[in-house]
Amino acid sequence: MSEERRERRSYYIGAALSVLLTLVAFGAILSIGLSQVPVAASLSLGSSSISFETAVNGVGRTTALWILAVAAVLQILAQLRFFLHIDLSRQKREDLQLILFSLLLLSIMAGGTIWILGNLSQRMM
Amino acid sequence: MTERLHPGLNLGPAHGAAHEGSEATVFGFWVFLMSDLITFGVLFATYAASTGPLSLAGGPGPAELVHLESTAIQTGFLLASSLTCGMASLALKYHEGARRVAWWLVVTAVLGAGFLTFELRDFASMWSDGGTPMRSAWLSSLYALVGLHGLHITVGLIWIAVMLSLMAVQGLSDRVKTRLLLFALYWHFLDLVWIGIFSVVFLAGVA
Repeated sequence: MSEERRERRSYYIGAALSVLLTLVAFGAILSIGLSQVPVAASLSLGSSSISFETAVNGVGRTTALWILAVAAVLQILAQLRFFLHIDLSRQKREDLQLILFSLLLLSIMAGGTIWILGNLSQRMM
Repeated sequence: MTERLHPGLNLGPAHGAAHEGSEATVFGFWVFLMSDLITFGVLFATYAASTGPLSLAGGPGPAELVHLESTAIQTGFLLASSLTCGMASLALKYHEGARRVAWWLVVTAVLGAGFLTFELRDFASMWSDGGTPMRSAWLSSLYALVGLHGLHITVGLIWIAVMLSLMAVQGLSDRVKTRLLLFALYWHFLDLVWIGIFSVVFLAGVA
């Protein structure tokens, strides 16, 4: 496959994965609280027809939030790979160091903020 | 000449000096993007620390203010614009001509404007439902985070307008090519940030 077709396909794969993961994220949150989601289907062949009805349970809040978190991380990784062409094995060293160092700083600042303010909030309850 | 000089889509050796010359510029732009990532990340942390009943200060919460249909529409607009932005990059890389590049940029701008329209409508309806930034810590941090992203999109639209007028004058000069590479990185980066916003602020908010 030529490089052009490969790169074009990379954008399509990225977009398709993003749509899929977005649907999973919205679906998980919207199905919270639906204790019974009715699923009905019917099939008719000539004169005979079969129809059945069943029900699936909506997911719990914690499960839905986990699905949401995993879908978000996967979608970020998919877009990094297919839209931004980040491929760690082929990066030049300084670029990799830049990204990793930024992520380190971010995790210290964001993690520290959430930790300290979350702790403070609990003590004020 | 090496195939890949910097992270992101490379013009490739066929573009000669423009490919070589964009190495340092694109690296510098990555430094900016990473510092911007830290800005967004800290606002995300502030937002995460400003959720919960205490931070609502008795004001309206996500259940009253968040409309998921609008969030879904905005997500669709932005994802589609990220794809068309990629199409512009490919048109540039594979010599499809300035017209084709400009066409994809216009489509990207229209989709970006669609996103912004729905975002502003959301802000207006939140505002009229008593959800002003002054109302509570939760609303302050929400407007700061989502508003900064919207501001970035607005700047992106201005950037597209500048690129289109630059292309009208210079065509696809080496300088224009490098700047189009930077714009693509910037636009894809904004879609990445939006994944965090629709997950953390809107979906987790109403969960």
